[in-house]
Amino acid sequence: MSQITDAYRGLKLGERWDHAPKPVRWFVMLLVVAFAFYLPYLNILPFAYIRTDLTSSGSDWASVLFLIVVYMIVAVGLNVVIGLAGLLDLGYVGFYALGAYSIALFGSTNSPVVEAMQSKFGLSEEWAVPFVVCIPIAITMSLIAGVFLGAPTLRLRGDYLAIVTLGFGEIIRITARNLDGVTNGAAGITQVPVPPGPESDGRAFFNTIDAERWYWLALAILILIIFLARRLENSRVGRAWLAIREDEDAASVMGVAGFKFKLWAFAIGATLGGLAGLLFGSKQQYVEPNAFMVQLSFLFVAMVVIGGSGNIYGALTGAFLLTYLPERFRDLVDWRPFAFGVALVLVMILRPQGLVPSRRRAREFDDRREEAKEAAADV
Amino acid sequence: MSEQTHAESSTDTDVVLEDTSNHDQIAIETSGEVGEVLLELDHVTLRFGGVVALNDVNFQIRRGEILGLIGPNGAGKTTAFNAMTGVYTPTEGAIRFKGKEIAGIKPHTINHLGIARTFQNIRLFPEMSAMENVMVGCDARHKTSVVGVLFRTYRVRPSEEELPESGIRRSLAKVFGISRHTLEERAGRRRSMELLRFVGIADRAHELARNLPYGYQRRLEIARALATEPELICLDEPAAGFNPAEKEDLMGLIRRIRDLGHTVLVIEHDMKLVLGVTDRIVVLEFGQKIAEGSPEEVARNPKVIAAYLGEPDDAA
Ligand SMILES: Nc1ncnc2c1ncn2[C@@H]1O[C@H](COP(=O)(O)OP(=O)(O)OP(=O)(O)O)[C@@H](O)[C@H]1O
Ligand SMILES: [Mg+2]
Repeated sequence: MSQITDAYRGLKLGERWDHAPKPVRWFVMLLVVAFAFYLPYLNILPFAYIRTDLTSSGSDWASVLFLIVVYMIVAVGLNVVIGLAGLLDLGYVGFYALGAYSIALFGSTNSPVVEAMQSKFGLSEEWAVPFVVCIPIAITMSLIAGVFLGAPTLRLRGDYLAIVTLGFGEIIRITARNLDGVTNGAAGITQVPVPPGPESDGRAFFNTIDAERWYWLALAILILIIFLARRLENSRVGRAWLAIREDEDAASVMGVAGFKFKLWAFAIGATLGGLAGLLFGSKQQYVEPNAFMVQLSFLFVAMVVIGGSGNIYGALTGAFLLTYLPERFRDLVDWRPFAFGVALVLVMILRPQGLVPSRRRAREFDDRREEAKEAAADV
Repeated sequence: MSEQTHAESSTDTDVVLEDTSNHDQIAIETSGEVGEVLLELDHVTLRFGGVVALNDVNFQIRRGEILGLIGPNGAGKTTAFNAMTGVYTPTEGAIRFKGKEIAGIKPHTINHLGIARTFQNIRLFPEMSAMENVMVGCDARHKTSVVGVLFRTYRVRPSEEELPESGIRRSLAKVFGISRHTLEERAGRRRSMELLRFVGIADRAHELARNLPYGYQRRLEIARALATEPELICLDEPAAGFNPAEKEDLMGLIRRIRDLGHTVLVIEHDMKLVLGVTDRIVVLEFGQKIAEGSPEEVARNPKVIAAYLGEPDDAA
């Protein structure tokens, strides 16, 4: 036993994790997941202090948890784009909006699209596209949007890509606001459908009151997504992304189809963004253009960057902190933008690779620092 | 990833090139006949603005040979490599590989057709381990798609030795097959290890490429290029910066690469060295081919002697 602990001492946390026996890892993961599912009911002091609804002005704890998980899905998706493929996407909110609008446009009886379908095919006023059909629609729409945006722009490098994607996010929002006949414009769409489930007391299973159900649903989806994302990382796809990030020209001479893999990263990111948007819109049961301002894109990027891009757990941490902290300290609402700014600057100065960086990424940052120092010394 | 120990890693200076690899696992299958034209530069001209880096260059590489490409600094040797591997498109002329025009085709497509290369200034993936670098090369021949990776949809009926040993997994694999992804990853790891052994750097397989000594990095580049199973491998000054003993080793390695079934094109500055290992030599100067022939013919050629006279033999 002491031999084992000796061997572990001096290893970084991540390495310790890698060296732990498989049953131990499974057990720890199971505990973490169980705890995550239990979180809405957390009421034992002192742990209960992490709840956000301790004061009367606080926000509903389960709803906050739900939002955290939705943003975690966003962060995992954006991490594929920024962290793994190395593409700076500043318009991620566009995909998030597309997901939310897809389910609203096709699933809500309030949507002009559904109304048009009703009159065209002589359907009843109650009819709308069922929720389960809306999911593939939303996923397909965001996927297609990802490919359409990516195909012409991924040949651009660095800053240009950032600017084009930034524009994309705004275009989606402005289109949603101005196309009155399709999206109800600024008024938004109400009666966005919720997932099917057994009704009780005349209320749907997924309703506005029992937010923990939404949280559990989102959490289950998140776990599935993390599982799939890890598969990607440890495969020829993950290696291709890494190779592209490190030396795109050398990678292409070694047979890595750079454009193809970048487009895949973009499409995967878009899909996850759309899925998160779908969950968000469905829980709100209301979708409006103002929910998808450009600031949200920056928040998403900040999650990945502060957490540590290239590392799923970093992105999850970033999403958690940037969603949870503002909700927990809602009383200090006037200080929020200030605190956010200070936190960002501090992280960038003290730990530019992010709070929980990928090991490779951390070294890439160190290298660049060294280079900058050498360059400065040369002058 | 693996239980490989790093106990007997050698020091930076005495690199021992010992081939302990299993050649059956890394030899490639070739489709053509030895001696047929594999790659052909047909009146290739390549200009960078005013600079004519290649001027109406013609030569052929035949299957199974080791062809040397030599010439003074700035002669256009690297540019010829870049044109052949799709990095640059010739301004004029054609490049044909196995009879197919490849000028203007994307580098990764050319790699899939069967040309790989190393770089004069080492360009490994520094944050990947030696093994992972070679795996990227192996991936070039693998087929698993993104969907296949995510959902393991493409199942393969495994052969007896690929089946897992333990009971339940074994029966599951028998019924559902094994995903192509899993099999390819396994095969890639095995092949990568063999290739690292082949070039003599397997003792540091799990170290990051950036932490490897210079000589190891050069050899790792060769292993990575070989991993893409190229019919033609182009080595751009693979012995640059080596001492004479290491150079001698490397020439042996080049011969063994040919014995695996690859055709080799090698750029080398050191005349003596190149004469010893190549079957034929093409000499470039100022972007033009000034000589071509057997090492003896080239060594006697007055133009070549003139080109190399006064050229400091820095061998770098
Ligand atoms: N990308 C480029 N842009 C402009 N000029 C270039 C470029 N690449 C090469 N050249 C020029 O083309 C000429 C041939 O260069 P090349 O690198 O092919 O020479 P080389 O034979 O490989 O020399 P060395 O032995 O030094 O490696 C040189 O004059 C070089 O300056
Ligand atoms: Mg050169």
